[in-house]
Amino acid sequence: LKVINCCVWDPSGEIFELKAELNSDKKEKKKEAVKKVIASMTVGKDVSALFPDVVNCMQTDNLELKKLVYLYLMNYAKSQPDMAIMAVNTFVKDCEDPNPLIRALAVRTMGCIRVDKITEYLCEPLRKCLKDEDPYVRKTAAVCVAKLHDINAQLVEDQGFLDTLKDLISDSNPMVVANAVAALSEIAESHPNSNLLDLNPQTINKLLTALNECTEWGQIFILDCLANYMPRDDRESQSICERVTPRLSHANSAVVLSAVKVLMKFMEMLPKDLDYYGTLLKKLAPPLVTLLSAEPELQYVALRNINLIVQKRPEILKHEMKVFFVKYNDPIYVKLEKLDIMIRLASQANIAQVLAELKEYATEVDVDFVRKAVRAIGRCAIKVEQSAERCVSTLLDLIQTKVNYVVQEAIVVIKDIFRKYPNKYESVIATLCENLDSLDEPEARAAMIWIVGEYAERIDNADELLESFLEGFHDESTQVQLQLLTAIVKLFLKKPTETQELVQQVLSLATQDSDNPDLRDRGYIYWRLLSTDPVAAKEVVLAEKPLISEETDLIEPTLLEELICHIGTLASVYHKPPSAFVEGSRVHLRIPHTRVSTRPHPHSPLKCCPAPHSALGPAIVQVSTRKVPVILLGSRLWTLSITSAMPASLGGAPAVGGGLGDLFDLGGGVGMPTGSYVAPKTAWLLAMKAKGLEISGTFARRGGIIQMDLSLTNKAMSVMTDFAIQFNRNSFGLAPAGPMQVLTPLSPNQTIDVSLPLSMSGPVMKMEPLNNLQVAVKNNIDVFYFSCQYPLSLLFVEDGKMDRQVFLATWKDIPNDNEAQFQIKDIHLNSDVASNKLQGSNIFTIAKRTVEGQDMLYQSVKLTNGIWVLAEMRIQTGNPNYTLSIKCRAPEVCQFVYQCYELVLKN
Amino acid sequence: MIGGLFIYNHKGEVLISRVYRDDIGRNAVDAFRVNVIHARQQVRSPVTNIARTSFFHIKRSNIWLAAVTKQNVNAAMVFEFLYKMCDVMSAYFGKISEENIKNNFVLIYELLDEILDFGYPQNSETGALKTFITQQGIKGQHQTKEEQSQITSQVTGQIGWRREGIKYRRNELFLDVLESVNLLMSPQGQVLSAHVSGRVVMKSYLSGMPECKFGMNDKIVIDKQGKGGTTDDPVKSELGGSGKQSIAIDDCTFHQCVRLSKFDSERSISFIPPDGEYELMRYRTTKDIILPFRVIPLVREVGRTKLEVKVVIKSNFKPSLLAQKIEVRIPTPLNTSGVQVICMKGKAKYKASENAIVWKIKRMAGMKESQISAEIELLPTNDKKKWARPPISMNFEVPFAPSGLKVRYLKVFESKLNYSDHDVIKWVRYIGRSGIYETRC
Repeated sequence: LKVINCCVWDPSGEIFELKAELNSDKKEKKKEAVKKVIASMTVGKDVSALFPDVVNCMQTDNLELKKLVYLYLMNYAKSQPDMAIMAVNTFVKDCEDPNPLIRALAVRTMGCIRVDKITEYLCEPLRKCLKDEDPYVRKTAAVCVAKLHDINAQLVEDQGFLDTLKDLISDSNPMVVANAVAALSEIAESHPNSNLLDLNPQTINKLLTALNECTEWGQIFILDCLANYMPRDDRESQSICERVTPRLSHANSAVVLSAVKVLMKFMEMLPKDLDYYGTLLKKLAPPLVTLLSAEPELQYVALRNINLIVQKRPEILKHEMKVFFVKYNDPIYVKLEKLDIMIRLASQANIAQVLAELKEYATEVDVDFVRKAVRAIGRCAIKVEQSAERCVSTLLDLIQTKVNYVVQEAIVVIKDIFRKYPNKYESVIATLCENLDSLDEPEARAAMIWIVGEYAERIDNADELLESFLEGFHDESTQVQLQLLTAIVKLFLKKPTETQELVQQVLSLATQDSDNPDLRDRGYIYWRLLSTDPVAAKEVVLAEKPLISEETDLIEPTLLEELICHIGTLASVYHKPPSAFVEGSRVHLRIPHTRVSTRPHPHSPLKCCPAPHSALGPAIVQVSTRKVPVILLGSRLWTLSITSAMPASLGGAPAVGGGLGDLFDLGGGVGMPTGSYVAPKTAWLLAMKAKGLEISGTFARRGGIIQMDLSLTNKAMSVMTDFAIQFNRNSFGLAPAGPMQVLTPLSPNQTIDVSLPLSMSGPVMKMEPLNNLQVAVKNNIDVFYFSCQYPLSLLFVEDGKMDRQVFLATWKDIPNDNEAQFQIKDIHLNSDVASNKLQGSNIFTIAKRTVEGQDMLYQSVKLTNGIWVLAEMRIQTGNPNYTLSIKCRAPEVCQFVYQCYELVLKN
Repeated sequence: MIGGLFIYNHKGEVLISRVYRDDIGRNAVDAFRVNVIHARQQVRSPVTNIARTSFFHIKRSNIWLAAVTKQNVNAAMVFEFLYKMCDVMSAYFGKISEENIKNNFVLIYELLDEILDFGYPQNSETGALKTFITQQGIKGQHQTKEEQSQITSQVTGQIGWRREGIKYRRNELFLDVLESVNLLMSPQGQVLSAHVSGRVVMKSYLSGMPECKFGMNDKIVIDKQGKGGTTDDPVKSELGGSGKQSIAIDDCTFHQCVRLSKFDSERSISFIPPDGEYELMRYRTTKDIILPFRVIPLVREVGRTKLEVKVVIKSNFKPSLLAQKIEVRIPTPLNTSGVQVICMKGKAKYKASENAIVWKIKRMAGMKESQISAEIELLPTNDKKKWARPPISMNFEVPFAPSGLKVRYLKVFESKLNYSDHDVIKWVRYIGRSGIYETRC
């Protein structure tokens, strides 16, 4: 992986020649030779063989020649560390030169040479340069500290350079301040917990003063640094905002965007009823619009950021729709981004204009753009109900163009419109069916098949249509196959008499001839459902579908908050957290909140869908047909599997018998314990803090499934609807496995119990305490936040019984420092009862030993994330106090495991 | 921060390569060439991520400039820096071309060493750079101590864009108000969107360190003064009472010499100007724009093989003024086989290579109209896709500011030297040009 040579390079000839020239007596010839060497270096030729000859030219009073030699040194010193030493003397001498330009040049170059011996010699000159009388030297030295830190962080700390660097924040020269801030910010990033930058009102004041005086680049460094500061109160927040707003008129777009970042972040702390808050909101729009007259590359960066800002605070740009209209000559990347923002800003007020534009775009040349425009029309229909009819007729017009990809795209979105407005637009099905043959993309085919299946009773020749697809079943993509299977089953349930043969055919294709497990499983489920209880089958397959939500492509609120803190940076361009593309990056930033618990937050919409969405993909994919039946079936299966897994309600489960039993009894095989302890519900959210919504709840683990049992009580005067729930990142990645099912509106004084299945697939972030869970619940009134703690036993998995041998080895292997001891008092159980009780919560006894009237139980527990916890419990007959020793590679969980022991044994 | 900077020619050969960070290897140079320059597809984004390395690129004629990083850098800053670098290079050696870059590569490396340190952009004002990075070899060793510290204080100073001790025998300044008016109009003549983006470009040849104050008919300022009760408003006298008295500016941005905090609090524009030519401000207006031309298109499809096009243009400004360099571009379908044009004024030609009829008129006075009609014959095709009908676009130049902006004053104060505001010779010029001026048909 070393240097790749671009050209054929004859070392003997050319190098030899250059060597001679480098050693020439004539200054001009020397210089020309060095130039040639650099030229070769640029194109990737290896000229490292000339090292000693080039370094010999270093000692010169010709600054231009010196710079060339330095350039060479920076490139090759690392590969020739021994010879690089030859340069040290000259460097050290140059650092003392009376000319500040030369002093700075020397220290700047030395910092770029990553050779230990040079680095050692750098310390003394650097120390002097940091205190040089000339600001040019100081500003260069400030950056040099960051360079040195990158090479040898320890050295920088040992030499006390960090303190000197901190002092430079108070320097009289604004550029020195700016570079010091940049260097400190970078160093601080590799020490996330150190208080290196130590931002306090005094330093902030210094930075704000320097902000008015330094170069455009310096302003960016300072603003980016300011954005990390956490103001003490809203007054400080306002005063910083006031001093940052003038930057919005800077000609440099990066200064503007960084200022926007600071304002967006600090605004969060201002009370919404403050006059200044409104003023600030108004001030943000014009500069954002102005960014769109910059060069296209910057427009792109601006648009990606505006996309975030519009999601966070839609009110800022709601009147600026027109500026996002696409221009014919915009580069494609600008066009696509503008389109995305147009849809986000679409509302009843501007929908007519938007639609007219979109129709215009649908006739353009670029295929991606046209597709996106067609999809956008569908999204408008779903978002603005009043426009649905116009959108549908526009889509029909587009289908008439017969342009293949336009037709396919239109069909995909029409399917979503059907779902949003049932029994309204089905009259267009006939037109859609005419285009059946031209569909060659899986998504469009699947959408069409879904439509045929869903409305089979209204399409006379539905069976023929579906049969035609069946001929090439094996050549279809999985998406289409699954859809075809479901559609034919639907058809059969609606018109059983004529379609028996067809359904048999598809079931056997799916179960016997396919090796795709998803397809086979779905085939079997349908088959058994149909053969055992067609009524149940009807309930499952033809169940009413929940309506799709308006905005499916919003960025997840937690990610959005993080991205807002990164406005202007690459993260905001990719719409990904830095950790997704930077190696070893820091944990995520958060927006400061003044009032955490019940902060009104009308503009951070919660989604009903569990999966985090990215705005990168087209929105409607999220509700594509492929998922529809899965969700539908999934939720049904869910209840079935739970009921069958719970012995008490086994009899009550409808239509579960015979062969179905083993199919649905997913949890049963693992050896279901009976006595898993569930704590009583506790109040999590009080009505007075949540506009009348009261929530109490608890957690349970039932048959390997983690559930959050909630009681929602409406103590307000009006009906509550549209419930949704979401978790913040947490230590074990707990996340709702599906939407919270509150199907009927909650009337005043009514209470509903909801069981929310949880999965462990959410984003992970260590919480304090470890088992803390922050929850947001939304209803038609507002969004509410609360936090609760779950017992760790929730995460104890069923296969947590360790092999004896492994236990012994592991026990020895874990260092003794990780062992924690606890006392469990007042337990009046013998060891067998205790062990049974614990097993109910997946704490398994592996071995028991009795020594001198003392029972020793050796136990193991496995957490959902694969962490093993080993325990030894000593029970002395007659002594109600047990001694518990816990060992684990992650010692922080011990405390919580002990709490579970106590809970289980005492209840 | 920026990890490295590469310049390539159109073939993807490296002309300049400077690496600032250890995490960027030589293979990054090749990764960009292979994945972006040699990519078959059209460029879909100015930011590309290849193997966890991000590449930012811009193109100037057929030269590619790419900045590389592995960190979460400020993306806006990187692009601003790339543009700035182009400005600096142009200021030193003119057009950015392969030949110029090859001939000046030593200079470019020297510049790159100065304006980017460890990937952090440093002072990149050409005014300051030219004092110590010179093409004719360095004067470094001959400088006096005073000269040296003057250089460093300027590079790092608060007024990094101007050096001290500038002297002119004649103090003169030129102000150009350059506007580009943008329009998107529906076939029915409805304005879908229109805005003016304007620039105030200044050429100043002033001695010393002059303090300048610039005033225009900004609505906010005028309204404020109106309340104050000033009777002899300079705007009225200058404009002779004609036209709009003040304009609403949606937003404006300023050269870094302008004191932004002062603008924010008092809305006054004061600054110490750089020497020579620079852009003082940019602004944008959307209200009450004078649209210099109106285009009325009429396209009729006669059967499947013929199109009839008629376009009328109307000029909408004072009859005493003259518009120049008028060009109307009427797109034609790809399957055009022949075109016949008749126009009342100017010259019109069908340009097959550009798929358009180009109609040029040298001059046209205000409140006039002119018309072109064309018959377009089409080859029959079995392409199902309809013709996209791109909009009709227009180019022109008019001697006024379509936004209505007027310069009220530009005052110069230099307390240390003995010249006053009255001694400075000032020139003001207004030019309105078409930006993207389109009418759909």
